Amino acid sequence: MGSIELKGVRKSFGAVNIINGVDLRIEDGEFAVFVGPSGCGKSTLLRLIAGLEDLTAGAVEINGLDVSDVGPAQRGLAMVFQSYALYPHMSVRNNIAFALKMAKQAPSVIEQKVQKAAGILNLSDYLDRKPRQLSGGQRQRVAIGRAIVREPKAFLFDEPLSNLDAALRVQMRVEIGELHNTLKTTMIYVTHDQVEAMTMANKIVVLEKGSVMQVGSPLELYNRPNGLFVAGFIGSPKMNLIRGEAAARRGATTIGIRPEHADISTTGGEWQATVRVAEHLGSDTFLHAESDAVGPLTIRLAGEAPIAPGDTIFVTPRPAHVHRFDQGGRRMA
Amino acid sequence: MARRTSLTAMATTTIVAWLIGILLFFPILWTALAAFKTEANAYTMPQNLLTSGWTLENFGIVQERSDYLRYVLNTAIISLASTALGILFAVPAAWSMAFQPVGQPTSPLKGRTWALIILGSLVLAGLLLWPTGWQLGDRPILAVLLILIIGVPFVAWIWTRRTADTLLWMLSTKMMPPAGALIPIYLIFNRNGLIFKDWGFVDLSNWTLMDTFLGMIPLMMLLNLPIIIWMLYTYFKEIPFEILEAARIDGAGVWNELTRVLAPMAIPGIASTVLLNVILAWNEAFWTLNLTNKYAAPLSFFISEYSSPEGQFWAKLSAASTMAIAPILILGWFSQKQLVRGLTFGAVK
Repeated sequence: MGSIELKGVRKSFGAVNIINGVDLRIEDGEFAVFVGPSGCGKSTLLRLIAGLEDLTAGAVEINGLDVSDVGPAQRGLAMVFQSYALYPHMSVRNNIAFALKMAKQAPSVIEQKVQKAAGILNLSDYLDRKPRQLSGGQRQRVAIGRAIVREPKAFLFDEPLSNLDAALRVQMRVEIGELHNTLKTTMIYVTHDQVEAMTMANKIVVLEKGSVMQVGSPLELYNRPNGLFVAGFIGSPKMNLIRGEAAARRGATTIGIRPEHADISTTGGEWQATVRVAEHLGSDTFLHAESDAVGPLTIRLAGEAPIAPGDTIFVTPRPAHVHRFDQGGRRMA
Repeated sequence: MARRTSLTAMATTTIVAWLIGILLFFPILWTALAAFKTEANAYTMPQNLLTSGWTLENFGIVQERSDYLRYVLNTAIISLASTALGILFAVPAAWSMAFQPVGQPTSPLKGRTWALIILGSLVLAGLLLWPTGWQLGDRPILAVLLILIIGVPFVAWIWTRRTADTLLWMLSTKMMPPAGALIPIYLIFNRNGLIFKDWGFVDLSNWTLMDTFLGMIPLMMLLNLPIIIWMLYTYFKEIPFEILEAARIDGAGVWNELTRVLAPMAIPGIASTVLLNVILAWNEAFWTLNLTNKYAAPLSFFISEYSSPEGQFWAKLSAASTMAIAPILILGWFSQKQLVRGLTFGAVK
């Protein structure tokens, strides 16, 4: 069990600043997700917490103790890597047991803990196999098993699902979520996929260019993005960001309307637009339309809608869901 | 789709390849055949390669005149021990260079400043030596002082270089012709090379490295160390760093990381490095001929005994050569897969 606090954390490689001063607190038992586009520094931040990189400035505290100068082995954290990083020459059993052997635990204790972890992760039948004889999802589970036997203060996940196919990714996402519910251990999860972030997190940390843009629960970020970057990054399809006269009329430089927060009509409304593409998913219909007044618009309709490319539609944003941003891209009250 | 080759083209390439192969192999074949002939037949010109009578007497004479097995044992001790010692030093060195490379020089001083410091240390050493009339004489303290004044800045300069520079510097030591280092090393090996034999607290008057394993094993290790480190470095570069990081997070210290994670994963690479270096050390002739003559003399010395001023004993020389290369040839034959993989590693892949 552990809380993690970052105080003024900076990291630079030579003259290049990767992390520009991050202050962040992750409470005990929280599932925190670091999300952001590639190159935003989210993996570096995780590696700084793990102790795999040295801090340029600032401090990392675990349970209130400064561990900035403590090696990765002594921090009591467990990490799951994107490439799984299993020991290729060891059986699944030895992969999972490695950390326990390093901690010089008794063989009987090790065997019992390995069996328990294998049971949780459905790996009991594969304990004597080598990693190369396993499928991607099984390897992923071994990597998680290696982490959970250690009973760490916190789990660190570095894009653990990005090497899996789409179906397996959804399944593993659920399994990791259930694991968190069972173990109630602090987890920090790095991903570039905002759907993973939204579905798994208690707390999302949005990063951009080495700085924290916003911290909050998934719905806070969805409902009240504090700036243009978070507004555009969280939510799928992306929020419509509109500048110009339509925004000025609402007293803002830019306004944002999520695709699901606009009503359409074929007879009349605020913006007239022509449908370019209609995507019929059954559960939803996505319309990509072009409006003379406000430019391209994406609209999401629940269920099926009898609309075809070339149709003229009228789009009206719901007033309660219009996000307003000032000249600097910050949210207006 | 595979490339289509006509039968004629294939036949031509095969024949040409065999011809080149036989041409290259011919000297060894000739040596091997001459070993089974009488002295007279071996010396006949033109050679009657396959027609003359065969005999085993050369091997008997060679074994009788010089104890073959002892030379094999000496060679095996020197080549195996020096390779083992080399691996012991090279694994940590290659590990640190492959996984903790220094991208930028760690000293803030510029190249010009370093040049001035090193030049300055030489001038300072000269100033210290000047009042003595450039004679070190019987002054061990002054000698140690001179070594420190010249050595410390030079070592500090190399120490703070980028990993890439260090690697190149290591390889550059193999570029120097060995004859260039022969005299200083000979003097170190010979007890007369010690300027100060009696230091008061320790008397090294009877100390010698000449013709001892204690001298030959470290020397052979140092000769091949750059190659061992380079080979291991290229192997280690192929191992994903994340696996070592996982081991670190799992609580493995340096020793466990090296012995339980890195070494088992690098076994193919370490094996081919060991093989190549055993072969290099086995065949080494320059240093062994110059620095051994009896107790630690390996097979190169054994062969050289037969190209003697007493006359041309081609058959016996051939027999000795055949006996000397046979063990390593057999080892090479059985491990050729590993060797080829080792030599082409990094290039192909």
